Amino acid sequence: ASELAQTPEQNVAPDHSKCPEKMAKTPQSSSKSCDSKKKEFVSTTPYRLRKRLAAPDPDLESESEYSASCSEEEEEEDQKEVSTVLSGQKTPAKTQAASTPPPRNSLAKKNKEQKMGNLVEEYFEAHSSSKVLTSDRTLQKLRKKRLNQQTLHDLLKNAPLAYAAEIRDLNQQHESLFSKWMLQLHLGFNIVLYGLGSKRDLLEKFRTSLLQDSVHLVVNGYFPSITVRSILNSITEEVLDHIGTFRSPLDQLEFIAKRFKEDSSLELYVLIHNLDSQMLRGERSQQILAQLSSLPSIYLIASIDHINAPLMWDQAKLSLYNWLWYETTTFNPYVEETSYENSLLVQQSGSLALSSLMHVLHSLTLNARGIFRLLAQHQLEKKDNPSYPGLSFQDFYQQCREAFLVNSDLTLRAQLTEFRDHKLIRTKRGADGVEYLLIPVDDSTLTDFLEKEDEHV
Amino acid sequence: AHDFRSTGDDSKDTELRFVTFQSLWNQIKSETEQIQEDLNKQLLDNLVSFLSRSHSEFQEKTTEWTCRMKFREIPTAALVLGVNVTDHDLTFRGLSDVLQDNITPYVALLEAKDCPGIKNLMQKLMGQLMNCDIDVDSLEDEDCVQVSQSRIRCSMSSLISWYESVTKKTDSETPSKKRNSSSRHWHSPPVVVIFKDMESFTTKVLQDFIVISSQHIHELPLVLIFGIATSPMIIHRLLPHSVSSLLCIELFQSLSCKEHLSTIIDKLLLTSRFPFKLGEKVLQVLINIFLYHDFSVQNFIKGFQLCVVEHFYSQPLSVLCCQLVDIKKRVYSLSHDQCENIRRLPSFRRYVEKQESGKQIELLTNDSFLKEETEKLLEDLHVYHENYVSILRCLHVFTSSLPKYPLGKQIRELHCACLENRVWETDEYESSLQLARMLNKTDLVTMLQQCVEILMSSSGKEFDKTVEKLKEFLTQFQNLEAEASQERDVSVSSQKELQKKTDLYHLQKTLLELKESRRSKKLTKFEMLRFEVVDYIDSLVRKYLIPADDRTLHEIVYFNAAAVLRGRLNAAPRTALHTALNNPHCYLKNQALKCDGGGISNKAPDICIVYKLHLECGRLINLVDWLEAFSTVVMAAEEPNADAASSDQVDDIIHARFIRAVSELELLGFIKPSKQKTDHVARLTWGGC
Repeated sequence: ASELAQTPEQNVAPDHSKCPEKMAKTPQSSSKSCDSKKKEFVSTTPYRLRKRLAAPDPDLESESEYSASCSEEEEEEDQKEVSTVLSGQKTPAKTQAASTPPPRNSLAKKNKEQKMGNLVEEYFEAHSSSKVLTSDRTLQKLRKKRLNQQTLHDLLKNAPLAYAAEIRDLNQQHESLFSKWMLQLHLGFNIVLYGLGSKRDLLEKFRTSLLQDSVHLVVNGYFPSITVRSILNSITEEVLDHIGTFRSPLDQLEFIAKRFKEDSSLELYVLIHNLDSQMLRGERSQQILAQLSSLPSIYLIASIDHINAPLMWDQAKLSLYNWLWYETTTFNPYVEETSYENSLLVQQSGSLALSSLMHVLHSLTLNARGIFRLLAQHQLEKKDNPSYPGLSFQDFYQQCREAFLVNSDLTLRAQLTEFRDHKLIRTKRGADGVEYLLIPVDDSTLTDFLEKEDEHV
Repeated sequence: AHDFRSTGDDSKDTELRFVTFQSLWNQIKSETEQIQEDLNKQLLDNLVSFLSRSHSEFQEKTTEWTCRMKFREIPTAALVLGVNVTDHDLTFRGLSDVLQDNITPYVALLEAKDCPGIKNLMQKLMGQLMNCDIDVDSLEDEDCVQVSQSRIRCSMSSLISWYESVTKKTDSETPSKKRNSSSRHWHSPPVVVIFKDMESFTTKVLQDFIVISSQHIHELPLVLIFGIATSPMIIHRLLPHSVSSLLCIELFQSLSCKEHLSTIIDKLLLTSRFPFKLGEKVLQVLINIFLYHDFSVQNFIKGFQLCVVEHFYSQPLSVLCCQLVDIKKRVYSLSHDQCENIRRLPSFRRYVEKQESGKQIELLTNDSFLKEETEKLLEDLHVYHENYVSILRCLHVFTSSLPKYPLGKQIRELHCACLENRVWETDEYESSLQLARMLNKTDLVTMLQQCVEILMSSSGKEFDKTVEKLKEFLTQFQNLEAEASQERDVSVSSQKELQKKTDLYHLQKTLLELKESRRSKKLTKFEMLRFEVVDYIDSLVRKYLIPADDRTLHEIVYFNAAAVLRGRLNAAPRTALHTALNNPHCYLKNQALKCDGGGISNKAPDICIVYKLHLECGRLINLVDWLEAFSTVVMAAEEPNADAASSDQVDDIIHARFIRAVSELELLGFIKPSKQKTDHVARLTWGGC
């Protein structure tokens, strides 16, 4: 463990050489014009990624603004402390612990204020410069391969869930509330569950234990292609047995409201997992769902997870929803909810994109493949340029002509249309009105693709 | 009803509880609706008279109308409703109902969210107007009206032709019908368009609509109503002068929501009509939500409803929370378990301890004796309420006129203060008594008169004596008046003396003398009387305004679970999340998770560790380093035994756990993937939650 804890520091070393010149431009350093030679920037450890300003000049009393102005020695001490703490089975206590000012001007009384101040400061410190100091290590350099969704799933299934007994206790507490929820739903309230942990199982249990005999609709909000329209459709088509389409969701909503008003025996329970998901959090969707939930014989019980989820609702929507909040912290892992997420660490989009690329390309003519190759190669050449806008159409045409791939810009355009239809390329019009072409695939996939192509040829 | 049953008592009681709850709630609900209606009545009346005025001019086609037509002004009512937008719906619904009953069948309610453009607005408007037309004369031949709205071109001219056809039809085609309808509406009723939330409309749409309709005002008697949440100034802010000059605006102000709340509290809480009461903390929570969050009376009522539900659901003895007449029957039908429940009430235990030993044993062992006692106590409680309310109102008469309002301006503040603890022990009460001792006579007399009125109208039986006493005070004051006139002569003469002496030294001397004499002088009769009055009021307060918590069996009718209420209505999801991540021990009761100070144990759930580590990072987080840190922490936590052979596999598992934790954090909104640097994520939160 100690070896692992040490590694980050070793890693810092190469960074040192680059950092100072980059950082000299930041407003902080230029305003603090003491002795520029003595200034040094340290620390890019993963433990404290904030940059520190080493100001050994004791006369400089403006440093209360920069509470974290310790000298380099202290810095190193800090780091050691952190690593020892780490190996001593403790995570470093708090950010503040590391960044409290040196002891000479620290007062115990002020500690709390400074904590607060530090938080604010941290924010501005982090946003003061456009450059961020982190190490340049990438996952690719790691000897481990990216896991794909399936192996990840398998691995996690084998890993034992920590504190299973306590979590079960916690869930049982929540389950005792079921009948209360039922009562409150019937009284015209709607219920929203919040708190850490997946509430899917809890809702599912609620459904199986109490809603078996009633009409209910389960909406998996976390599903990436869910829309309000599909929710409304399933109500009209499956609950109300209505065949036909509607011009707008509002019309559909009106229809639903009318039907429920006419037939007072009609009751519907709607369970929404993740009401705050990407697809449902929009203003219009929420408005429609709120209106839906305000119907007296539609009972809504939903869960939210995002920290800013309550911001979706203004007073008007809140009063339509008529929420009762229940804290149901379950500590259950979000298995289903995160499985659709495009995590950086999971290799899913890559393999998919690669195979689809190959597929489409193989069905094209040799010339078309050549055209695509040209574009791909060009893009890979420019991969170090973050503001690379794409290859302009004129340049591309020039290159294709030189490679004897097309004979007129019309043929090239026809070809590009085909690419675009298969979502192989994206065109963007730049500020100067020139059309730029880009392959919306990450570089590693593109490299893989070119390698495979080479094998093929 | 069956949902109540889970509390585990016998089903008869729960059923009864549910029925009691429902009847109580229905009562309360109808009461609140009545209040709302009464409060809005004036406003609606004003509006109706305004509309009929604007309309009659069109009817008669007088010269005034024609001259106005030249100016193309649309009669407009600006309705200032206050910031509690969510309550407006009810007002508007009432308004449109009243209008449809009295003035015109043609009322359209428009909301900004339906009208992003002028075209949508027209569509919505025509849809509503034509639908309501169909509703009104649904029995008539429908062929000409039943054109599907999508086929009509939505324009002002089609609207006008529709209007002409409709009015002509009621005029000529169905004379019998006409007589019917004209009893309610006139021949050519105005078309009322209500803009529910004027502020949220795009200015362009509003301007266009006003300009267009002003062109046609002589063909279509249009009246606009603007619902305004902020201030009437907004009209001029939204509309340029050229447009606003097309409107003939009259301003209407609705009752402020605070007054509305006061009436609600007055009618719901400060009355003995409803057996259910709110405890001090609960009331405070509800009022705070109102004052600091939404100003919405509807929400207040919703909170009140929740209180009622919670009380009847969680308190098995709430079956006794009923009207006085039912108490006897219900008490005697209590089961043994319920009797035990009563014995378990803290307030009852306190009561028992005060009794002599023989009675104690009886109370604790004999059910029927207990029932008798309970009935008596409940009746006492009821009487206490009646007295409490009356005396509270009397006290409010006094305190509400004192300078600086030491006990609050509103009766609800006084009510809270009295419920919280013994009000006479507080400093505020002390100072208000002192101030009351300095009141002048006329004020004092009017206050006493008000008190007499309050006490006379109250249903409490004990107040005969009190009223008599107060009346006695009043007559004494009147007697004083006669004496006072004599006294005045004296003081006048002394003043005359004062005026005579002009030089400074003497003046000073006399003033000092006067001061001396005043200090040493006995109190005047009036002052004596004033002291007596204040002392009497004080004694009333001490006798009747005992906080409810001190009463035996108060748990049965008082709802006190403020924490529950706050959790339901005013939840803090961020805080909950933060606590769960920072201090999992709060939720998972495991010794291993117990930690001191700010740090957390390395045995905490993965997501907590990952969260902690991410807090130490800046704006961007390198995933590799993060993973490294995570695995270091986790490895340290695990026993270092199987490090050689299966380390690769362990690595994979840790890797997988890390991935899961990170994607969970992403779901929770703490981080998001960043394109700025490869394999980095951006941190999204700063500072405490």
